[in-house]
Amino acid sequence: MAKTARKAAPRSKAPASPNRERPKEPQRYKASKDELLDFYKQMLLIRRFEERAGQLYGLGLIGGFCHLYIGQEAVAVGLQSAMKVGRDSVITGYRDHGHMLAYGIDPKVIMAELTGREAGISKGKGGSMHMFSVEHGFYGGHGIVGAQVALGTGLAFKHQYAGDGGTCLAYFGDGAANQGQVYESFNMAKLWDLPVIYAIENNRYAMGTSVERSASEPDFYKRGESFRIPGIQVDGMDVLAVRGAAEEAMAWTQAGKGPIILELLTYRYRGHSMSDPAKYRTKEEVQDYREHRDPISHAAAELEKLGVKEDDLKAIDKQIKDIVVEAAKFAEDAPEPAPAELYTDVLVESY
Amino acid sequence: MGIELRMPALSPTMEEGTLAKWLVKEGDTVVSGDILAEIETDKATMEFEAVDEGTIAKILVPEGTDGVKVGAPIAIMAAEGESAEAAAAGSPKVEAEPAAAPPISRPESEQPTPHLMETAARDLVADVAKAHDAPEVPEGTPLTNMTVREALRDAMAEEMRRDERVFVMGEEVAQYQGAYKVTQGLLDEFGPKRVVDTPITEYGFAGLGTGAAMGGLKPIVEFMTFNFAMQAIDHIINSAAKTNYMSGGQMRCPVVFRGPNGSAARVGAQHSQNYGPWYAAVPGLVVIAPYSAADAKGLLKAAIRSEDPVVFLENELLYGQHFDVPDMDNYVLPIGKARIVRPGKDVTLVSYSIGVAVALEAADELMHEGINAEVIDLRTLRPLDKQTVLTSLAQTNRVVVVEEGWPTCSIASEIMAICMEEGFDDLDAPVLRVTNEDVPLPYAANLEKLALIKASDVVKAAKAVTYR
Repeated sequence: MAKTARKAAPRSKAPASPNRERPKEPQRYKASKDELLDFYKQMLLIRRFEERAGQLYGLGLIGGFCHLYIGQEAVAVGLQSAMKVGRDSVITGYRDHGHMLAYGIDPKVIMAELTGREAGISKGKGGSMHMFSVEHGFYGGHGIVGAQVALGTGLAFKHQYAGDGGTCLAYFGDGAANQGQVYESFNMAKLWDLPVIYAIENNRYAMGTSVERSASEPDFYKRGESFRIPGIQVDGMDVLAVRGAAEEAMAWTQAGKGPIILELLTYRYRGHSMSDPAKYRTKEEVQDYREHRDPISHAAAELEKLGVKEDDLKAIDKQIKDIVVEAAKFAEDAPEPAPAELYTDVLVESY
Repeated sequence: MGIELRMPALSPTMEEGTLAKWLVKEGDTVVSGDILAEIETDKATMEFEAVDEGTIAKILVPEGTDGVKVGAPIAIMAAEGESAEAAAAGSPKVEAEPAAAPPISRPESEQPTPHLMETAARDLVADVAKAHDAPEVPEGTPLTNMTVREALRDAMAEEMRRDERVFVMGEEVAQYQGAYKVTQGLLDEFGPKRVVDTPITEYGFAGLGTGAAMGGLKPIVEFMTFNFAMQAIDHIINSAAKTNYMSGGQMRCPVVFRGPNGSAARVGAQHSQNYGPWYAAVPGLVVIAPYSAADAKGLLKAAIRSEDPVVFLENELLYGQHFDVPDMDNYVLPIGKARIVRPGKDVTLVSYSIGVAVALEAADELMHEGINAEVIDLRTLRPLDKQTVLTSLAQTNRVVVVEEGWPTCSIASEIMAICMEEGFDDLDAPVLRVTNEDVPLPYAANLEKLALIKASDVVKAAKAVTYR
């Protein structure tokens, strides 16, 4: 039986531990028309980019593993729009294309990495799961589930150490939330009040295993309680709700209060990776999300209420499509890395 | 003309598939994300989604068609504003002259012809298909042709029927039927008590499995890949390998850690590495890395029956390859015995796992040049069967080691040391090694090809040691 698309549960008024300071209840972000248009464009760019990536995979131009972000766009855009490129840092797992796009990284060099070309952001040597932009404070792109949580805690350590005012946004999924190093990281992060936002993208399935079958405490925002890390559950299909929560989380870390957990309730429309037949959930469930909870349709409807005409949205659609088509063409035409690149970048220095 | 929809590649190694079912018919309007068809690959049934909006103008491949090659046109879609008839009329085979055709604004028409994903993995697998392999069994034993995947599954199922203490645990092993379908059907037969889905918790379930083995059970711990076992390596080495020794022989730890190891197809640096040399360095562990389906079955059964902790290294690229497997009860092979896969007299090629396919391919090429190579499959990496290597060396006086892995501190290094220490007087040439390049595995197709072992390099090395 299809489950109804899940929204963030209203939180009980009584705090779990009354003797601690907690963040305020986040308010849905009041975006101006231009801001919302911008969020819409970014989400649409991710959606169209990922669709194209799926298509290029089908054409044999992208190889190996390819994990698409379709359905989860509001999370990356809502959170990262609250961050400052150059001050804050972002780190994530292998489902990383959307997180990169939301940080304003050129779709051309991302797509060229997917096709394994020299112009790719990792010179074609990383691939879909391993992309980085130190310039943007985007630290990857990690293939081993959960690894980025400890690494992100380290980035937060650097922010505190250097006193640079930055916050690290460390993304991970409901699956990674069961790895032991997550809790080792939580403990240190709170012990030292490191400025880190742990963003748990709960898309309800760790590959083929549902949260119900893998998590003894399925409310991930509570997972920091025994470490005294507060958590907020957020509707991850609503970009303004996500942005509102991001504001609250940033205020918390910026005030030196240490780590905070955001659990973003979201959904991936596609399989875990390209070769996942997704037999573990019903078509109705997927359809329910697509029809009733889609973050992009949701934003479009809101924009229309603000007086944006359907034609304007169509024009944006066309504009985004052109960007993606150009990126795909660039990625197809770009040459492969020179053979000598095989041996470069193994070590920095010569010995 | 409209947009051609082509048979998609739905997994890294898919070359063709069955168009199981069309979920749209001619004339239907679709939008991005609509499911157009169901396509069956060797592993699973996948849904094929529309990425553009338009009308299905013509279906070119009817449902139920087998063996549809990746990239073959399967339908034509009319773009927005184009009539379905006009789109269907311009079918791919009767393409009009560009000047005569209406201008197409859709960029899809500029796409290159779809092709199979480029990967060196395909060359490795092609070597397997070309190589001949016969299991060592008495004359007249009936053989069943099966994949390595099926052989491994059968080994587990047989041992689970035989011994109640045996159970399987790991990520996606039960309901999903295995991330690589190695545990397919086990949940149905043995139920959730003995086929246990775990959370993504490698360190946790490796430790739990090790503890269960200490307590007297016989766990088979599946790692989705050995790359993820890095999260758990402490329990494999510090908990499992040392228990028997530290307890003065009173506490056993009969656990099997198994899963795919080595390079796969274009999955990049963190998912492509051979841990054979890592585990083979550890006293207290048994390390097995089979090549053929028969060895996979016979050795996995032996591993499950062993009272010692076993690291059982499979290979994803070999899972779908077919071999003859003896159809007999109790097909259990000895641990620690290498196998002469191909007898020869001029040079010894020593390898294991998928490297054996490369060695066999090289041996075929060498035969054309009048060099008769003997190919040895080590099968077990610890304890290593030195004697089979040294006996062969005494006959051929030349050794080349072929290893799909890094060269430094490798199994190849170990074989070279053994040949030096114990076979020096038999050597007529230095022992050479053919391994992957000494770099993290790159993602780009051309670099991946350059990084992995090739039969031509083995041929070159064999000629060098035979001074030809």
